Amino acid sequence: MHISEGVLSPAILIGGAVVTMAGVAIGLKGVDNKNIPKMGILSAAFFVASLVHVPAGPASVHLILNGLLGLILGWKAFPAILVALGLQALLFQFGGITTLGVNTMNMALPAVICYYLFGWSTKSSIKQSVFITAAFASGFCAVLVSSILVGFSLYLTGEAFLPAAKLIVAAHLPVMIIEGIVTATCILFLKKVRPELLEEINV
Amino acid sequence: MIKEISGSDSIIYCLDPRIKIIIAFLFSVMVAVSNRFVVLIAALAIGIVILFFAGIQIKEVFKRLIPVNTLLIFLWLFLPFTFVGEHLFSIGSLTGTREGVLFAFRITIKSNAIMLMLISLIASTPIFTIGHAMHQLGMPKKLVHLFFFTYRYLHVIYKEYARLVNSMKIRGFKPKTDLHTYKSYAHLVGMLLVRGFDRSQRVHNAMICRGFRGKLYSLSSFSISRADIIAFILMAAFILILGILEWIQTT
Repeated sequence: MHISEGVLSPAILIGGAVVTMAGVAIGLKGVDNKNIPKMGILSAAFFVASLVHVPAGPASVHLILNGLLGLILGWKAFPAILVALGLQALLFQFGGITTLGVNTMNMALPAVICYYLFGWSTKSSIKQSVFITAAFASGFCAVLVSSILVGFSLYLTGEAFLPAAKLIVAAHLPVMIIEGIVTATCILFLKKVRPELLEEINV
Repeated sequence: MIKEISGSDSIIYCLDPRIKIIIAFLFSVMVAVSNRFVVLIAALAIGIVILFFAGIQIKEVFKRLIPVNTLLIFLWLFLPFTFVGEHLFSIGSLTGTREGVLFAFRITIKSNAIMLMLISLIASTPIFTIGHAMHQLGMPKKLVHLFFFTYRYLHVIYKEYARLVNSMKIRGFKPKTDLHTYKSYAHLVGMLLVRGFDRSQRVHNAMICRGFRGKLYSLSSFSISRADIIAFILMAAFILILGILEWIQTT
């Protein structure tokens, strides 16, 4: 879901950059030297997830995991995703300098939204069925909102992008379901194996 | 595997990384806001010239332009038909417009020009050098820090991922479109995170033992040479000319 350089209009690029800068500033406020290595792991996991292709019918999709990142990191997802996307631009030329702001916003804003909507579910006292549903919803919604944001960025650049934007959202429907399942299973796994992971970063 | 481009020791590679970042940034912004074909084609031309000076293998460059152009091909399927304007051609009941084709052309040139510059100036510079240069250009310390850690862990996590995938294959795992596959992948990601966290804890402890207090040190210090100044003035002048060309049209 990276938008390439040169496609979007200047207004969208600036808007995205401003939102991202604000988000990164908020995210970095709560960061101290102790949790940077852990954020680095999640950031790197987000990067590697985009290289993990899972089958979806005849095609294959790659994992996104921004919902998972949002649940664990909250606002810190902004700097984590910014760094991961920056490295992807440098190493693979996915996206670039001027689109870094918009692309980060499109991925990180849904993560933060999911944190506020479903973040409560990672607390230890919550019943397992509720927890799994919330985690699924988080993975699902993060991709849904991301694809809508990508569609909107294109649409606001020019109305002619509307059909392409609609197709992008529709094409991500299977991705949303897969992300939901993966996020729910992964969070459940983490809760069983290493519950402190879900709690300690965001104190 | 995750690989960087090697810029060998060309003229471009030896420039001060701060200068390269500033130039690439200004160039990208200039091209992104431009709309005239003259400006865009000139930008693409200079991108190719710089690429030549950067001494990067052409094959490598083409490989790296693939992701950009995949999205563009996708947009090419739509844009000619969804723009309102002069009739140009038709396929069945669809009519392509002149405006749509021109627009698609424009973003194709823009994308590739910016990408060429990014590849020749920045992607060919070692990541750690870029990190230190960005630190000196005023990027927050915590962010630079995170950048270094992420870059380091990237390779670690990717290797671990490859190892886990191999062990899954050995046990007869075949990815299919079913719940079992997705759950297995989720457990794989979970395992990556758990191992990664343990490692990050060990690394952090080791750093504290060695007296780490959140300060970044660089073994190489940057210095601005005469070649840097000349390169900067040349490129700045070129970007300015692009700006003027664009501005003449709009007024």
